Amino acid sequence: MFTPDVLEQSKTMRSKWEDEVKKIVAKKADQKPEWTTVSDLAIKRLYGPEDIRDMDFAKDISYPGQYPFLRGNQATGYRGKYWTFRMFAGMGSAEETNKRWHYLLNSGQTGLSTAFDFPTLMGYDTDSPKARGECGKCGVAIDSIEDFQKLIKDIPLDTISTSMTINPPATILWAMYCASAQMQGIGLDKINGTIQNDMLKEFIAQKTLMCPPEPSVKLISDTVEFGTKYVPGWNTISISGYHIREAGATAVQELAFTLRDGMEYVEDVIKRKGLHVDQFAPRLSFFFNAHIDFFEEIAKLRAARRIWAKAMRERYNSQDQRSWWMRFHTQTAGCSLTAQQPYNNVVRTAVEALAAVLGGTQSLHTNSLDEVLCLPSEHAVQIALRTQQIIAEETGVTNTIDPLAGSYFIESLTNEMEEKAWDYIHKIDDMGGMVAAIERGFPQMEISDAAYRFQRQIDAEEKIMIGVNKYNTDDVVEIPFVEIDDTVEREQLERLSDLKRRRDSRKVSECLKDIKSACEKGDNVMPYCIEAVKNYATVQEICDVYREVYGEYRDPGIY
Amino acid sequence: MSNRKIRILLAKPGLDGHDRGAKVLARAFRDAGFEVIYTGCHQTPEQIVGAALQEDVDMVGLSCLSGAHTYLYPRVAELLREQGADDITVVGGGIIPDKDFQPLYDAGLKALFTPGATLESICTWIQENIKPRD
Repeated sequence: MFTPDVLEQSKTMRSKWEDEVKKIVAKKADQKPEWTTVSDLAIKRLYGPEDIRDMDFAKDISYPGQYPFLRGNQATGYRGKYWTFRMFAGMGSAEETNKRWHYLLNSGQTGLSTAFDFPTLMGYDTDSPKARGECGKCGVAIDSIEDFQKLIKDIPLDTISTSMTINPPATILWAMYCASAQMQGIGLDKINGTIQNDMLKEFIAQKTLMCPPEPSVKLISDTVEFGTKYVPGWNTISISGYHIREAGATAVQELAFTLRDGMEYVEDVIKRKGLHVDQFAPRLSFFFNAHIDFFEEIAKLRAARRIWAKAMRERYNSQDQRSWWMRFHTQTAGCSLTAQQPYNNVVRTAVEALAAVLGGTQSLHTNSLDEVLCLPSEHAVQIALRTQQIIAEETGVTNTIDPLAGSYFIESLTNEMEEKAWDYIHKIDDMGGMVAAIERGFPQMEISDAAYRFQRQIDAEEKIMIGVNKYNTDDVVEIPFVEIDDTVEREQLERLSDLKRRRDSRKVSECLKDIKSACEKGDNVMPYCIEAVKNYATVQEICDVYREVYGEYRDPGIY
Repeated sequence: MSNRKIRILLAKPGLDGHDRGAKVLARAFRDAGFEVIYTGCHQTPEQIVGAALQEDVDMVGLSCLSGAHTYLYPRVAELLREQGADDITVVGGGIIPDKDFQPLYDAGLKALFTPGATLESICTWIQENIKPRD
């Protein structure tokens, strides 16, 4: 990167600077002995040319739209198009969520993102005993395609892209989306969106669980195959680090485990479905966390793009540039927010969103200040959305592409994160892959260690959270508290029992039998799921088939 | 028997999978010298009470962040009473709005730990309030 002359000059000047620092510190010590990121990565007082001397400009940095895509996938950066403003929303009934969606679209949001309630996420209907007390609490309750159609009422499926955070029942909710499009006369080749559909991180972190890892990956490969053939505009997996980070992982762990999960899916689809990597890899998408440590997050996102590009090209011999692109959504870190002094959360979210943008995200959710306490209020959501709009249209950070490139610190930190991530990836390779690593509890224990270490650092005031362990006050800040009352559950139960009376139950049984037989034969379940939801089979009825054929997975409670 | 360690069942009732807090507490309890049984996510109140009786614990700690604590926490306390095991102390944690405190205490919960509670303060509460049962 630098001529020997420059490095020699830097060396001389550096030693002069070091002498100066030593003198000052001898008189007055630094405020604290160690300076680290939120993930405990040690940071130096200063970075200089020597920290990135071994970088090869063409190989390691390059240009936007060119391998290894460190500086972004798109040659035009944000000038051609800002990231998608995509706020995660779902609450109570389908009608209520549909109302919130229209409110967000009218406020300038450019894509939709669905939060389902826990019964839906776990593949239970509202009338399951396991669902008692949970209906509509953390998201929208969907039992059947009737609910789904209320959810998407007056949403143009051929122009708005919709993301659905759904994992074990991903095949079913996607089937509802596909079936709804078909019933509106919109071809499957015209719809755009994303299903999260990433089970590996569920075992590692988020814990919406249904079947064991192996058959879970099989169902995911079914969706990838179906999407490749019939729904080319759909992102069939959103390989997610967000929840891994929220569970307590460090930035490096988030990066490494997420990318290794991605590699596991690639390998399974190639092996199980016989597809060529370039037939499906362009539709794989990613989802990262934007935590509070500003530069660490920017470095992480830049490193993620470079690692994926290298992995696709070198590990999987991909020939298509579109497979090398890591396209990702980002969400600001829920776990960085505090219930204490909740208005401070606006500031945290703004800083995190800025890091996501400087890291080159293509889609963003900004948390609302009250999300640490309850579902977001309309007012709080508006501030969160406006935060993105201010970053995009007022601050000037979108004027130029990847403005931090070439920074001694950012490039050095990006390299360091990449190296540390590869170390983890190779370690997991040696264990026999991610499914094997999960079965032996490896990523779970690594995250558990990091989460415990962090909490002890907070308790010891070695790491600071304002309002939690520093600048605390006894003042109680009253903020409006959104609550889902029990009438939502009652009404949803009535709707479900009414549907079960009205539908052709013989037809439902036939559809479920077809799904069962597809599972047993190892066929792709997607066409059967679409047929089943059109005939009003419910989420749980189909998931019960999966549970019956593949077995049920229980959280082993590793800590 | 007086040397018996305090035995704690940590449990996550309901469908919520946010287990970071429960797992961090499990480690803190172990390091504080308690015996800990953590049963993982997605336990029904019936499963939790069954485990509490089988493991002969002194305290059940519940963690739920989905908002379903208003139903699930009282249900655990109620089932323990039905089993004649109301000498097992039940405590809870999570995002619990102020207005839910009194109904939960009335339902039999002895303590509620909310954001800002340190590991040390929770362990101290246990040492001061839980005696190993004979």
